[in-house]
Amino acid sequence: MREPDAHDAHDAHGTAPAGAAVHPPHLAHHFKTLEQQSESVAFGVWLFLATEIMFFGGLIMAYILYRIWYPHDFAAGSHLLDIRMGATNTVVLITSSVTMAMAVWAAQVGRARTQVVYLVLTILLGSTFLGIKAIEYTHKWHEHVVPGPHFAWHGPDAPHVRMFFNLYFTMTGLHALHMIVGIGLVAALIPKCWKGRFGPDYNHPVEGTGLYWHFVDIVWIFLFPLLYLIGRH
Amino acid sequence: MAAHVIPPRVYLTVFTILLVLTAITVWVAFHDFGPLNVVIALAIAGIKSTLVILFFMHVRYSTRVVKITAASGFIFLVILIAFTLADVFTRGKLVVGK
Repeated sequence: MREPDAHDAHDAHGTAPAGAAVHPPHLAHHFKTLEQQSESVAFGVWLFLATEIMFFGGLIMAYILYRIWYPHDFAAGSHLLDIRMGATNTVVLITSSVTMAMAVWAAQVGRARTQVVYLVLTILLGSTFLGIKAIEYTHKWHEHVVPGPHFAWHGPDAPHVRMFFNLYFTMTGLHALHMIVGIGLVAALIPKCWKGRFGPDYNHPVEGTGLYWHFVDIVWIFLFPLLYLIGRH
Repeated sequence: MAAHVIPPRVYLTVFTILLVLTAITVWVAFHDFGPLNVVIALAIAGIKSTLVILFFMHVRYSTRVVKITAASGFIFLVILIAFTLADVFTRGKLVVGK
Protein backbone atom coordinates (compact mmCIF):
# COMPACT_ATOMS: atom_id res chain seq x y z
CA MET A 1 0.00 0.00 0.00
CA ARG A 2 2.95 2.33 0.62
CA GLU A 3 3.71 4.60 -2.23
CA PRO A 4 7.01 6.35 -1.57
CA ASP A 5 6.84 9.74 -3.17
CA ALA A 6 7.82 13.31 -2.81
CA HIS A 7 5.71 13.80 0.34
CA ASP A 8 7.87 11.33 2.29
CA ALA A 9 10.96 13.30 1.46
CA HIS A 10 9.10 16.50 2.25
CA ASP A 11 8.07 15.25 5.69
CA ALA A 12 11.49 13.80 6.50
CA HIS A 13 13.53 16.83 5.67
CA GLY A 14 11.10 19.64 6.15
CA THR A 15 11.95 21.06 2.79
CA ALA A 16 10.73 20.14 -0.65
CA PRO A 17 13.52 18.47 -2.55
CA ALA A 18 14.36 19.88 -5.91
CA GLY A 19 12.29 18.40 -8.69
CA ALA A 20 9.65 17.06 -6.28
CA ALA A 21 6.11 16.60 -7.54
CA VAL A 22 3.89 19.58 -6.81
CA HIS A 23 1.92 19.06 -3.60
CA PRO A 24 -1.77 19.27 -4.58
CA PRO A 25 -3.19 22.35 -2.86
CA HIS A 26 -6.21 20.47 -1.50
CA LEU A 27 -4.26 17.51 -0.10
CA ALA A 28 -4.06 17.73 3.69
CA HIS A 29 -0.54 17.07 4.96
CA HIS A 30 -1.50 13.88 6.85
CA PHE A 31 -2.67 12.12 3.67
CA LYS A 32 -0.40 10.64 1.03
CA THR A 33 -2.71 10.92 -1.96
CA LEU A 34 -5.98 12.55 -2.94
CA GLU A 35 -7.47 9.04 -3.28
CA GLN A 36 -6.56 8.21 0.32
CA GLN A 37 -7.99 11.53 1.51
CA SER A 38 -11.21 10.94 -0.39
CA GLU A 39 -11.56 7.38 0.90
CA SER A 40 -11.06 8.62 4.47
CA VAL A 41 -13.98 11.03 4.06
CA ALA A 42 -16.32 8.27 2.86
CA PHE A 43 -15.03 5.94 5.61
CA GLY A 44 -15.54 8.56 8.33
CA VAL A 45 -19.03 9.57 7.22
CA TRP A 46 -20.09 5.91 6.93
CA LEU A 47 -18.79 5.24 10.46
CA PHE A 48 -21.02 8.06 11.68
CA LEU A 49 -23.91 6.69 9.62
CA ALA A 50 -23.41 3.26 11.26
CA THR A 51 -24.16 4.93 14.61
CA GLU A 52 -27.21 6.56 12.99
CA ILE A 53 -28.41 3.13 11.78
CA MET A 54 -28.23 1.92 15.41
CA PHE A 55 -29.97 5.11 16.58
CA PHE A 56 -32.99 4.73 14.28
CA GLY A 57 -32.70 0.92 14.39
CA GLY A 58 -33.51 0.82 18.11
CA LEU A 59 -36.68 2.83 17.51
CA ILE A 60 -37.68 0.67 14.55
CA MET A 61 -37.09 -2.46 16.67
CA ALA A 62 -39.34 -1.04 19.41
CA TYR A 63 -41.98 -0.22 16.78
CA ILE A 64 -41.87 -3.76 15.30
CA LEU A 65 -42.27 -5.33 18.76
CA TYR A 66 -45.25 -3.20 19.77
CA ARG A 67 -46.80 -3.75 16.36
CA ILE A 68 -46.51 -7.54 16.88
CA TRP A 69 -48.03 -7.31 20.38
CA TYR A 70 -50.87 -4.87 19.55
CA PRO A 71 -51.56 -5.27 15.80
CA HIS A 72 -55.15 -4.00 15.88
CA ASP A 73 -54.42 -0.85 17.91
CA PHE A 74 -51.43 -0.05 15.71
CA ALA A 75 -53.51 -0.61 12.56
CA ALA A 76 -56.17 1.74 13.99
CA GLY A 77 -53.54 4.41 14.64
CA SER A 78 -51.95 3.87 11.22
CA HIS A 79 -55.35 4.38 9.53
CA LEU A 80 -55.43 7.96 10.86
CA LEU A 81 -52.27 8.84 8.93
CA ASP A 82 -52.78 10.53 5.55
CA ILE A 83 -51.31 8.13 2.99
CA ARG A 84 -51.39 10.78 0.22
CA MET A 85 -49.24 13.16 2.27
CA GLY A 86 -46.89 10.33 3.21
CA ALA A 87 -46.54 9.20 -0.41
CA THR A 88 -46.08 12.80 -1.62
CA ASN A 89 -43.33 13.29 0.94
CA THR A 90 -41.66 10.07 -0.21
CA VAL A 91 -41.56 11.40 -3.79
CA VAL A 92 -40.35 14.83 -2.58
CA LEU A 93 -37.53 13.26 -0.57
CA ILE A 94 -36.44 10.88 -3.34
CA THR A 95 -36.36 13.86 -5.74
CA SER A 96 -34.24 15.80 -3.24
CA SER A 97 -31.81 12.87 -3.18
CA VAL A 98 -31.48 13.12 -6.96
CA THR A 99 -30.80 16.87 -6.81
CA MET A 100 -28.22 16.23 -4.04
CA ALA A 101 -26.57 13.52 -6.17
CA MET A 102 -26.52 15.97 -9.10
CA ALA A 103 -24.90 18.62 -6.86
CA VAL A 104 -22.13 16.12 -6.04
CA TRP A 105 -21.78 15.36 -9.75
CA ALA A 106 -21.54 19.11 -10.53
CA ALA A 107 -18.82 19.40 -7.89
CA GLN A 108 -16.94 16.43 -9.36
CA VAL A 109 -16.90 18.04 -12.80
CA GLY A 110 -16.24 21.51 -11.34
CA ARG A 111 -19.35 23.43 -12.43
CA ALA A 112 -19.83 26.05 -9.72
CA ARG A 113 -23.18 27.57 -10.77
CA THR A 114 -24.72 24.15 -11.42
CA GLN A 115 -23.75 23.06 -7.90
CA VAL A 116 -25.51 26.09 -6.44
CA VAL A 117 -28.67 25.44 -8.50
CA TYR A 118 -28.91 21.80 -7.39
CA LEU A 119 -28.14 22.62 -3.74
CA VAL A 120 -30.86 25.32 -3.70
CA LEU A 121 -33.31 22.80 -5.25
CA THR A 122 -32.32 20.29 -2.55
CA ILE A 123 -33.06 22.85 0.18
CA LEU A 124 -36.41 23.75 -1.41
CA LEU A 125 -37.44 20.08 -1.63
CA GLY A 126 -36.26 19.43 1.95
CA SER A 127 -38.31 22.43 3.12
CA THR A 128 -41.34 21.15 1.18
CA PHE A 129 -41.01 17.84 3.03
CA LEU A 130 -40.93 19.65 6.40
CA GLY A 131 -43.90 21.82 5.36
CA ILE A 132 -46.05 18.79 4.50
CA LYS A 133 -44.91 17.15 7.77
CA ALA A 134 -46.01 20.28 9.67
CA ILE A 135 -49.47 20.12 8.02
CA GLU A 136 -49.75 16.45 9.05
CA TYR A 137 -48.72 17.26 12.63
CA THR A 138 -51.35 20.04 12.75
CA HIS A 139 -54.06 17.60 11.61
CA LYS A 140 -52.99 15.11 14.27
CA TRP A 141 -53.17 17.86 16.91
CA HIS A 142 -56.75 18.68 15.87
CA GLU A 143 -57.62 14.97 15.95
CA HIS A 144 -56.39 14.80 19.59
CA VAL A 145 -53.95 11.98 18.92
CA VAL A 146 -50.76 13.81 19.97
CA PRO A 147 -49.64 11.98 23.17
CA GLY A 148 -50.03 14.17 26.23
CA PRO A 149 -52.89 15.78 28.20
CA HIS A 150 -54.56 16.67 24.88
CA PHE A 151 -54.74 12.99 23.80
CA ALA A 152 -58.24 11.53 23.43
CA TRP A 153 -59.15 8.18 21.91
CA HIS A 154 -62.67 6.77 22.01
CA GLY A 155 -61.78 3.25 20.90
CA PRO A 156 -61.36 0.26 23.21
CA ASP A 157 -57.61 0.32 23.88
CA ALA A 158 -56.42 3.92 24.14
CA PRO A 159 -53.00 3.27 25.78
CA HIS A 160 -51.79 1.12 22.90
CA VAL A 161 -53.03 3.54 20.24
CA ARG A 162 -51.20 6.23 22.21
CA MET A 163 -48.09 4.02 22.03
CA PHE A 164 -48.41 4.02 18.23
CA PHE A 165 -48.50 7.81 18.17
CA ASN A 166 -45.65 8.03 20.70
CA LEU A 167 -43.50 6.05 18.29
CA TYR A 168 -44.88 7.90 15.24
CA PHE A 169 -44.00 11.33 16.63
CA THR A 170 -40.64 10.19 18.04
CA MET A 171 -39.50 8.59 14.79
CA THR A 172 -40.85 11.21 12.36
CA GLY A 173 -39.79 14.01 14.73
CA LEU A 174 -36.20 12.77 14.96
CA HIS A 175 -36.22 12.25 11.20
CA ALA A 176 -37.45 15.83 10.71
CA LEU A 177 -34.67 17.02 13.05
CA HIS A 178 -32.18 15.25 10.79
CA MET A 179 -33.77 17.00 7.79
CA ILE A 180 -33.32 20.39 9.49
CA VAL A 181 -29.65 19.59 10.20
CA GLY A 182 -29.25 18.42 6.58
CA ILE A 183 -30.75 21.65 5.22
CA GLY A 184 -28.29 23.60 7.41
CA LEU A 185 -25.34 21.56 6.11
CA VAL A 186 -26.43 22.03 2.48
CA ALA A 187 -26.96 25.78 3.03
CA ALA A 188 -23.45 26.07 4.50
CA LEU A 189 -22.01 24.62 1.28
CA ILE A 190 -23.61 27.17 -1.03
CA PRO A 191 -21.24 30.15 -0.46
CA LYS A 192 -18.20 27.90 -1.05
CA CYS A 193 -19.78 26.42 -4.20
CA TRP A 194 -20.55 29.91 -5.44
CA LYS A 195 -16.86 30.83 -5.06
CA GLY A 196 -15.88 27.75 -7.05
CA ARG A 197 -14.09 26.03 -4.15
CA PHE A 198 -15.05 22.51 -5.27
CA GLY A 199 -13.80 20.65 -8.31
CA PRO A 200 -12.50 17.27 -9.46
CA ASP A 201 -9.69 17.23 -6.85
CA TYR A 202 -11.55 18.58 -3.86
CA ASN A 203 -15.28 18.04 -3.26
CA HIS A 204 -15.29 16.14 0.04
CA PRO A 205 -17.66 18.48 1.90
CA VAL A 206 -20.25 18.11 -0.90
CA GLU A 207 -19.73 14.34 -1.08
CA GLY A 208 -19.94 13.91 2.73
CA THR A 209 -23.04 16.09 3.03
CA GLY A 210 -24.57 14.07 0.18
CA LEU A 211 -23.96 10.81 2.06
CA TYR A 212 -25.75 12.22 5.12
CA TRP A 213 -28.65 13.54 3.02
CA HIS A 214 -29.15 10.20 1.24
CA PHE A 215 -29.07 8.38 4.57
CA VAL A 216 -31.88 10.57 5.91
CA ASP A 217 -33.77 9.67 2.71
CA ILE A 218 -33.21 5.94 3.44
CA VAL A 219 -34.62 6.34 6.96
CA TRP A 220 -37.82 7.76 5.44
CA ILE A 221 -37.92 4.96 2.82
CA PHE A 222 -38.39 2.58 5.81
CA LEU A 223 -40.55 4.85 8.00
CA PHE A 224 -43.11 5.35 5.21
CA PRO A 225 -44.15 1.68 4.80
CA LEU A 226 -43.77 0.90 8.52
CA LEU A 227 -45.96 3.79 9.71
CA TYR A 228 -48.33 4.48 6.80
CA LEU A 229 -48.67 1.34 4.67
CA ILE A 230 -48.61 -1.84 6.77
CA GLY A 231 -52.09 -2.83 7.88
CA ARG A 232 -53.74 -0.29 5.59
CA HIS A 233 -55.88 -2.54 3.37
CA MET B 1 -10.57 13.45 -6.21
CA ALA B 2 -10.04 10.63 -8.67
CA ALA B 3 -13.34 9.06 -7.66
CA HIS B 4 -15.52 7.45 -10.26
CA VAL B 5 -17.84 10.11 -11.69
CA ILE B 6 -21.30 8.63 -12.22
CA PRO B 7 -23.01 10.20 -15.26
CA PRO B 8 -26.37 11.98 -14.63
CA ARG B 9 -28.32 9.50 -16.77
CA VAL B 10 -27.57 6.78 -14.17
CA TYR B 11 -29.10 9.00 -11.47
CA LEU B 12 -32.18 9.59 -13.65
CA THR B 13 -32.59 5.85 -14.28
CA VAL B 14 -32.34 5.08 -10.55
CA PHE B 15 -34.76 7.96 -9.85
CA THR B 16 -37.33 6.47 -12.26
CA ILE B 17 -37.02 3.01 -10.68
CA LEU B 18 -37.44 4.54 -7.20
CA LEU B 19 -40.65 6.33 -8.27
CA VAL B 20 -42.07 3.15 -9.84
CA LEU B 21 -41.27 1.16 -6.68
CA THR B 22 -42.96 3.87 -4.54
CA ALA B 23 -46.09 3.61 -6.72
CA ILE B 24 -46.07 -0.20 -6.43
CA THR B 25 -45.68 -0.17 -2.64
CA VAL B 26 -48.59 2.28 -2.23
CA TRP B 27 -50.77 0.19 -4.61
CA VAL B 28 -49.94 -3.02 -2.72
CA ALA B 29 -50.92 -1.38 0.59
CA PHE B 30 -54.53 -0.97 -0.59
CA HIS B 31 -54.87 -4.64 -1.56
CA ASP B 32 -55.06 -7.62 0.74
CA PHE B 33 -52.23 -10.11 0.21
CA GLY B 34 -52.53 -11.53 3.73
CA PRO B 35 -49.20 -11.78 5.56
CA LEU B 36 -47.39 -10.97 2.31
CA ASN B 37 -48.32 -7.27 2.64
CA VAL B 38 -45.63 -6.73 5.29
CA VAL B 39 -43.09 -8.76 3.33
CA ILE B 40 -43.71 -6.87 0.07
CA ALA B 41 -43.62 -3.45 1.77
CA LEU B 42 -40.31 -4.15 3.53
CA ALA B 43 -38.79 -5.90 0.49
CA ILE B 44 -39.53 -2.84 -1.67
CA ALA B 45 -38.08 -0.56 1.02
CA GLY B 46 -34.98 -2.76 1.04
CA ILE B 47 -34.59 -2.61 -2.75
CA LYS B 48 -35.10 1.18 -2.76
CA SER B 49 -32.52 1.79 -0.04
CA THR B 50 -30.04 -0.58 -1.73
CA LEU B 51 -30.35 1.46 -4.95
CA VAL B 52 -29.79 4.70 -3.00
CA ILE B 53 -26.74 3.23 -1.23
CA LEU B 54 -25.15 1.72 -4.35
CA PHE B 55 -25.66 4.64 -6.75
CA PHE B 56 -26.55 7.90 -4.95
CA MET B 57 -24.05 7.13 -2.18
CA HIS B 58 -21.50 5.72 -4.66
CA VAL B 59 -20.86 2.58 -2.60
CA ARG B 60 -20.87 0.45 -5.76
CA TYR B 61 -17.78 2.39 -6.88
CA SER B 62 -16.15 2.79 -3.45
CA THR B 63 -13.13 0.99 -2.05
CA ARG B 64 -13.53 -2.22 -0.07
CA VAL B 65 -13.04 -0.58 3.33
CA VAL B 66 -15.94 1.80 2.60
CA LYS B 67 -18.13 -1.08 1.39
CA ILE B 68 -17.44 -3.07 4.58
CA THR B 69 -18.09 -0.03 6.79
CA ALA B 70 -21.36 0.71 5.00
CA ALA B 71 -22.48 -2.93 5.30
CA SER B 72 -21.46 -3.30 8.97
CA GLY B 73 -24.13 -0.96 10.34
CA PHE B 74 -26.89 -2.76 8.45
CA ILE B 75 -25.54 -6.20 9.43
CA PHE B 76 -25.72 -5.28 13.13
CA LEU B 77 -29.24 -3.92 12.60
CA VAL B 78 -30.25 -7.30 11.12
CA ILE B 79 -28.68 -9.06 14.15
CA LEU B 80 -30.63 -6.78 16.51
CA ILE B 81 -33.94 -7.46 14.76
CA ALA B 82 -33.39 -11.19 14.09
CA PHE B 83 -32.28 -12.07 17.65
CA THR B 84 -35.03 -10.00 19.26
CA LEU B 85 -37.71 -11.60 17.08
CA ALA B 86 -36.23 -15.07 17.73
CA ASP B 87 -36.81 -14.35 21.43
CA VAL B 88 -40.30 -12.89 21.07
CA PHE B 89 -41.66 -15.58 18.75
CA THR B 90 -40.39 -18.47 20.91
CA ARG B 91 -41.52 -17.20 24.31
CA GLY B 92 -43.57 -19.72 26.27
CA LYS B 93 -42.72 -22.52 23.89
CA LEU B 94 -39.81 -23.98 25.83
CA VAL B 95 -40.62 -26.39 28.64
CA VAL B 96 -37.63 -26.84 30.92
CA GLY B 97 -37.11 -29.90 33.16
CA LYS B 98 -39.39 -32.42 31.50
